Amino acid sequence: MTFFSHLRKAAIATAFVLGATAVHAEEQYFPLQSYRVGPYAAGGTGFFGGFIDYLNLINIRDGGVNGVKLAWSEGETQYEVEKGVEVYERLKSNPGIAAWNPLSVGIAYAMIDRITDDKVPLITINHGRTDTTDGRVFPYVFPLLLNPYSETSGIVNYIASKEGGLDKLKGKNIVVLYHGSPYGKETIPIYELLSQKYGFELSQIEVPHPGNEQQAQWLTIRREHPDYVVLRGWGVMNPVALKTAQKTGFPADHIIGNVWSNSEEDVIPAGDAAKGYTAITTQASGERYPVVQEIVKTVYGDGKGNLEDKSRIGSVYHNLGIVNGILNVEAVRIAQAKFGNRTLTGDEVRWGFEHLKLDPARVEALGAKDLFHSINVSWDNHEGDGYVTFQQWDGKKWNVVSDWIAPDWKLLRPIIEKSSEAYAKEKGIKIRTAEDADAVVSN
Amino acid sequence: MAVQALDAARLPVDWVKLVQKLALPTALFVVAYGVVPAYASGYLVEAILLPFLALSLAAVGLNLLTGYCGQLSLGSSAFMAVGAFAAYNFNLRVEGLPLAGTMILAGISAAGFGVVFGLPSLRLRGFYLAVSTLAAQFFVQWALTKFGWFSNDNPSGVISAPHLAVAGLSLDSATGRYLLSVTTVMVLTALVWRLVNSATGRNFIAVRDNETAARVIGVPVLRTKLLAFAISSFIIGIAGVLWAFTYLRTVEPAGFNLDRSFQILFIIIIGGLASIRGAFLGAAFIVVLPLFLSRLGAFLFGGLFDSGVLDMSQRIVLGALIIIFLIAEPSGLSALFDRLKRRIGSRSS
Repeated sequence: MTFFSHLRKAAIATAFVLGATAVHAEEQYFPLQSYRVGPYAAGGTGFFGGFIDYLNLINIRDGGVNGVKLAWSEGETQYEVEKGVEVYERLKSNPGIAAWNPLSVGIAYAMIDRITDDKVPLITINHGRTDTTDGRVFPYVFPLLLNPYSETSGIVNYIASKEGGLDKLKGKNIVVLYHGSPYGKETIPIYELLSQKYGFELSQIEVPHPGNEQQAQWLTIRREHPDYVVLRGWGVMNPVALKTAQKTGFPADHIIGNVWSNSEEDVIPAGDAAKGYTAITTQASGERYPVVQEIVKTVYGDGKGNLEDKSRIGSVYHNLGIVNGILNVEAVRIAQAKFGNRTLTGDEVRWGFEHLKLDPARVEALGAKDLFHSINVSWDNHEGDGYVTFQQWDGKKWNVVSDWIAPDWKLLRPIIEKSSEAYAKEKGIKIRTAEDADAVVSN
Repeated sequence: MAVQALDAARLPVDWVKLVQKLALPTALFVVAYGVVPAYASGYLVEAILLPFLALSLAAVGLNLLTGYCGQLSLGSSAFMAVGAFAAYNFNLRVEGLPLAGTMILAGISAAGFGVVFGLPSLRLRGFYLAVSTLAAQFFVQWALTKFGWFSNDNPSGVISAPHLAVAGLSLDSATGRYLLSVTTVMVLTALVWRLVNSATGRNFIAVRDNETAARVIGVPVLRTKLLAFAISSFIIGIAGVLWAFTYLRTVEPAGFNLDRSFQILFIIIIGGLASIRGAFLGAAFIVVLPLFLSRLGAFLFGGLFDSGVLDMSQRIVLGALIIIFLIAEPSGLSALFDRLKRRIGSRSS
């Protein structure tokens, strides 16, 4: 036994020495649970490509964040929960982890307990579990920019603005066509609530996974004669919906897509049927933004670009990855201002995310004016009041067709708190206060 | 008197045999309860041992049904889902129910379900039965997504595992979950081992080998088949609880899809039908080998290709290995293991 304990000590010491030499230079590490194969590879390659491109830009152009280099490595998950958990366990022993960004609801759910134990932030930009917005119950989870409820509210507000005001929604008829999965069902109660509040008629129709046959649903829609159809789809369901709509004679410009039905990969396969289709987004697409231009010049010019197909630069998923990169890097920068320009602990980066306030002026300074609006995260609001905009497909590219729209956060907050408090009760979690949020673990 | 003397003379020989027989289980026991909790890294426990244990147990359950009783089933992951969701709901809705009670009730729910979907086996055989068990697969996934009650009206339908504790002792740490898992698997495997060596086990084999002959010699065929479905689903249901509570710590209905059923079926085919040891060997092959290949690939070529290309090539290698291996040894890893043992035995003697 003593022999073994000596051996163990020696092994730990060796590992420590080796590990210490490996991070000789100050480094902040991003473990990436990416998916480049499998049914959702289009989203995975675009998002993680954009994320890596931005991290590369910071390293090449600025030499890292205040001299701290950014590092990362990838593990393939194929969007499967157990592979995501395996990659998490594999990568979590790396030193200097800043944050996890799995881009998968299922993997994020499986990680909530684990990252809370590890005290490392988990970022679920534009998706995730809605009630993790409540930082009082979920200190380490951040559904940045847009949670599913805000998305719903943003879509309804946009329809109202097209009709000339929220009071004009009364008597209108809206159909929600949703993917038959946990993700698709998440917003059912919130659409019902908004329908009661604003007095529009609502029917919600399910499309069973994967959604490559929708004749029956669209015949029902034709009978209903709705003013708008909201498409809450995923993957192959989206182009099929647009094509079937065309066949049944429903106009594409009255179909509004949600945040996972808004990419080039959703509309290009539908061809002409997608012309006029409008979808919500938190980040505009296209290459014209200074930060995207710099990535093209510096990163791709250097031969270090991550996308194999350069025509995808500036696509919806690629730009989402870039915005995600900006948010992660800025959180690290904000935390460095408080804790020093060195490799930070996960808890210190968590503090950085909880003070992640980028107003439009700061966003412009980062070269992302019009790419996304602003973010204002606090210790108890982990979403950060993201604004949304709407883009219309003209057959070749997305064009922004609305101003930045604010979801109705005041209306949603009590519902989120009710759900998170129920979770806290179920799991025996103590509700955090502002003082708890300022207590940071630094080693 | 003479008999006693003979017994006394035999005694030392029996001791040697006994030690030989007990050596492996004792070693396993020491490794499982001593070495692993003390020295295993978090990665080994969380990413390899926990899924290995849960899938092994599911494979033991399916092997009872398919390997011993000859009833082909593609509903395994549905029974796992029933077990996991039943455990979640019993835990949530019955105040003060101990963990063992939750698991047993979950197993019983899965067993009841298994009997219902085993009814077609009274008329259908082989591939036709496999197709009818597919119904279980689709029905369960549909029902769990459709009715919010099962996931406590959680809007996204994903549930998270509760606190695990036995007699006030928290088992939420990786080691605690491992100990719960390994104990459950050992107890159930021991029970299955007893069962297959009993009269019921012989009935299973009789039904598998020749149903008509079994009926002629007085084996109650209908009862035997339904019993096989019930016990097998009970075990698979508990494997589902382990998968959800000790390994993933979260469950969504989509996690228990047809792929998982196929995975369990492949485990028993690769490991060896009608062999308890085969279930464990097959699970090790299916869980560990892809991870090993992926680590090796990342280590050797990580800088050259992106993770997508690497993952694709691992699949090709894994597929090729399975084909080569099944051609070399169609009766599975278990048979290979026996051959190896015989060869070593013959060389040493």
